[in-house]
Amino acid sequence: MATAVIETGERETYLNKEYGIKSWLLTVDHKRIALLYLMGITFFFFIGGFFALLIRLELLTPAGDLVQADTYNKLFTMHGQIMVFFFLIPAVPAVLGNFLIPIMIGAKDLAFPRINLLSWYLYMIAGVMMLYTIINGGVDTGWTFYTPLSTEFLNTHVISAGLSIFVAGFSSILTGLNFVVTTHRMRAPGMTWSRLPLFVWAHYATSIIQLLGTPVLAITLVLVVAERLFHLGIFNPALGGDPLLFQHLFWFYSHPAVYIMILPGMGIVSEIVCCFSRKRVFGYQAMALALLGIAVVGFLVWAHHMFVAGISLYAALIFSILSYFVAVPSAIKVFNWTSTMYKGSISYQTPMLYAFGFIGLFTMGGLTGLFLASLGIDVHVTDTYFVVAHFHYIMVGGMVMAYLGGMHFWWPKISGKLYPEAWGRLAALLVFVGFNLTFFPQFVLGYMGMPRRYWDYSHSPEYQILNVLSTAGATVLAVGYLLPMVYFLWSMRYGKPAPDNPWNAAGLEWKIPSPPSTYNFEEQPVVTWEAYNYDELDKRAEEVPVAH
Amino acid sequence: MFQTMPLWPARASSMANNVDALYIFLLVVSGMMTLLIFIMVVFFAVRYRKRPGHHAEQIDGSHALEITWSVIPFFVFMVFFGWGAWIYFQERKPPQNAAEVYTVAKQWMWKFEHMEGQREINELHVPIGRDVKMIMTSQDVIHSFFVPAFRIKQDVLPGRYTVAWFHPTKAGTYHLYCAEYCGTQHSGMVGSVVVMEPKDYEAWMGGGGNQPLAVTGERLFSELGCITCHRADTQGRGPTLAGIYNKPVLLEDGRTVTADDNYLRESILQPTAKVVNGFKPIMPTFQGQISDEQLNALVAYVKSLGQQPSGQTGGKSIAAARPQTE
Ligand code: HEM
Ligand SMILES: [Cu+2]
Ligand SMILES: [Cu+2]
Repeated sequence: MATAVIETGERETYLNKEYGIKSWLLTVDHKRIALLYLMGITFFFFIGGFFALLIRLELLTPAGDLVQADTYNKLFTMHGQIMVFFFLIPAVPAVLGNFLIPIMIGAKDLAFPRINLLSWYLYMIAGVMMLYTIINGGVDTGWTFYTPLSTEFLNTHVISAGLSIFVAGFSSILTGLNFVVTTHRMRAPGMTWSRLPLFVWAHYATSIIQLLGTPVLAITLVLVVAERLFHLGIFNPALGGDPLLFQHLFWFYSHPAVYIMILPGMGIVSEIVCCFSRKRVFGYQAMALALLGIAVVGFLVWAHHMFVAGISLYAALIFSILSYFVAVPSAIKVFNWTSTMYKGSISYQTPMLYAFGFIGLFTMGGLTGLFLASLGIDVHVTDTYFVVAHFHYIMVGGMVMAYLGGMHFWWPKISGKLYPEAWGRLAALLVFVGFNLTFFPQFVLGYMGMPRRYWDYSHSPEYQILNVLSTAGATVLAVGYLLPMVYFLWSMRYGKPAPDNPWNAAGLEWKIPSPPSTYNFEEQPVVTWEAYNYDELDKRAEEVPVAH
Repeated sequence: MFQTMPLWPARASSMANNVDALYIFLLVVSGMMTLLIFIMVVFFAVRYRKRPGHHAEQIDGSHALEITWSVIPFFVFMVFFGWGAWIYFQERKPPQNAAEVYTVAKQWMWKFEHMEGQREINELHVPIGRDVKMIMTSQDVIHSFFVPAFRIKQDVLPGRYTVAWFHPTKAGTYHLYCAEYCGTQHSGMVGSVVVMEPKDYEAWMGGGGNQPLAVTGERLFSELGCITCHRADTQGRGPTLAGIYNKPVLLEDGRTVTADDNYLRESILQPTAKVVNGFKPIMPTFQGQISDEQLNALVAYVKSLGQQPSGQTGGKSIAAARPQTE
């Protein structure tokens, strides 16, 4: 089966079924929409990355000499907004989730194909509004929009940025809605809840957070815009408002949002680790429950971002202890991935290298989260580079690693082509080294006291050497990110055609041709096996030896 | 041109050792956890690598193990929580006798007022061995008072007071940062805290010619006409203010609140927000009529009223807050 190489140009696939711009812009095929998203997301990833490089270059020397203070403030603001709302939140769900969830559960498409297209259009409209904001001079509120700075004191494009994120939020809500309904209603016969790939469970948990949390962000942004326009006095104390109210509302969404960003990555890693260990996942039930547990308890910890903001002593104690409760399911996940490798048959292809990276870096990000949840430590390191390092370990070290791992893992399925494995491994290595060089020094900087969002640190030149290391790392990281972009594009033209199941992986998506046809399955699949049945697959592969 | 670079912040307050001890504990414990995971991943990856004749052995999982690696971390986490909370408790509870320094933050500078009347900008002088309590407010956006060498940080908000305190232990000049992003010159909103030997501090203070903050407040109290209602006897149209600081106040609506700094502040700016039992809401608002500095002086004056010489109420100057043992 794995040897069957497709004659190019013969079979009808979702890619060659129709040609022309219109066939893409009006498509309701979840796979094509996934590719549309992929283009948008890649575009914004590189814009956000470009801003990041400018930030790092500015910090190479203590003096603020490369750009103006206001420009610097815009750079970190738009870096954050673009990376969070236009890359991290949609990346895995809207690209890989969109492409794979219907196939993994044996469906022809998502429950609401047109709504799926609508969410892409909303994403693009939001993206255009963000570009409009940038081109018109940008915004410098910080991605957190803290009031009353954002409502009364800045004369940049706060309104268009706020509305842009408001619209992006609706795109996110609709995607979540679509996934929840799809998972409930569209599963193939035999695809019970306990047979769902963890990738689907992860997206299910994510979607619930998107549905419940994102409206709060939308409301908050509307209030910010309204206060800015009409001086309502909701958040501005000079008008009788309360700036802490803003922070509560903002973090009520934005803490759960960090799980919107990481849970889909966890789903990817579960798929990869099982496949390249040739094993069932260790503790399927615990892995699925941990995802749901994180999603639920994640709603109860938001004020750990506010320990020095002026909340009461007792509120701080409650939010601190609850933050430790979320860490328990995260710990279970890390231990279970590791145990999945125990007595496996492990190979080191590119996706697995990314999964290794994810496990290590997510562990470090999670553990430093425990530092921050400890009140006495947080007082010292909050709003310093320690926090910056913490969340980059999770979001870049964890989530972006998982995203790249997933892209490599499913690229043969998506494109029908193989990427060059040696280059893949090299890029994974560069990303890992570059990442650690960039962000590890920031933990040290943070504890030394360097505040975040500082354009100029000439009063504290003792911070320079660590900043130089960090900037050096960022250039390595940039190369590591550019490489896959180049060879993925290259492989679309010159890559070897991919077999249907290049990894001999479990899961329905590997039982259909690469790339799939428009309706995924010729006939309704019926599932009779458990998830990750690698023993059966390997047994069958031995009976029919694979020629490599 | 790199300076000599310590990779650890100076330790110059009583809190620094506490925080560092917990931090090192966390580093060791989480270092061990990280190492454990790294070693397991690398060991399994090598030991169970794919090779001819080797098969994966299917294992469904183990609830016993899962419970183990939930419960053990949980107890470890509770130690992190408890120890961190214990430090935070101390950080949030200024000692009774702490000296007070009023702080007004604005884009992009720090203004400090000592009780003796000294004013400083972006520089704060304090002596070793005194508890110092910063009573802070902002004129515009949110800022954050951060002194890494003291391991303290507290956001400074417009429209209310927030408090931070520290007990300097080592002479030197330390960074003071604004840690909450506050606009264009956020990174320029820096300064220093100069910790001095008590006798140097005395000499620095000795400059003289300053009017103590409470005296400024007293002058304002009569200039603004507060005194016409808030009389020293109980015959005024407003309540007597002598000795009310940090005492419970019964309100018109039946609630009882403590007359802390924020209460005094609010009562001056929005008198009708909390009306004292037995009085009419006739006091005019002073919102927008007085500056934050004047407000601080008024609050300092009210706090000094009816203060016993032994001083269990607030409003102490650094000189008066000398520890009992000295
Ligand atoms: C083990 C679980 C985790 C714990 C206990 C934890 C704890 C914390 C705490 C207490 C803070 C506040 C720090 C401060 O502002 O002083 C924080 C900040 C942050 N964390 Fe985590 N965290 C965890 C996992 C995550 C995950 C999974 C993500 C993302 C996918 C994440 C992303 C962030 C972000 C973005 C911030 C900073 C936001 C900002 O201030 O701009 N954290 N974390
Ligand atoms: Cu959080
Ligand atoms: Cu600031």
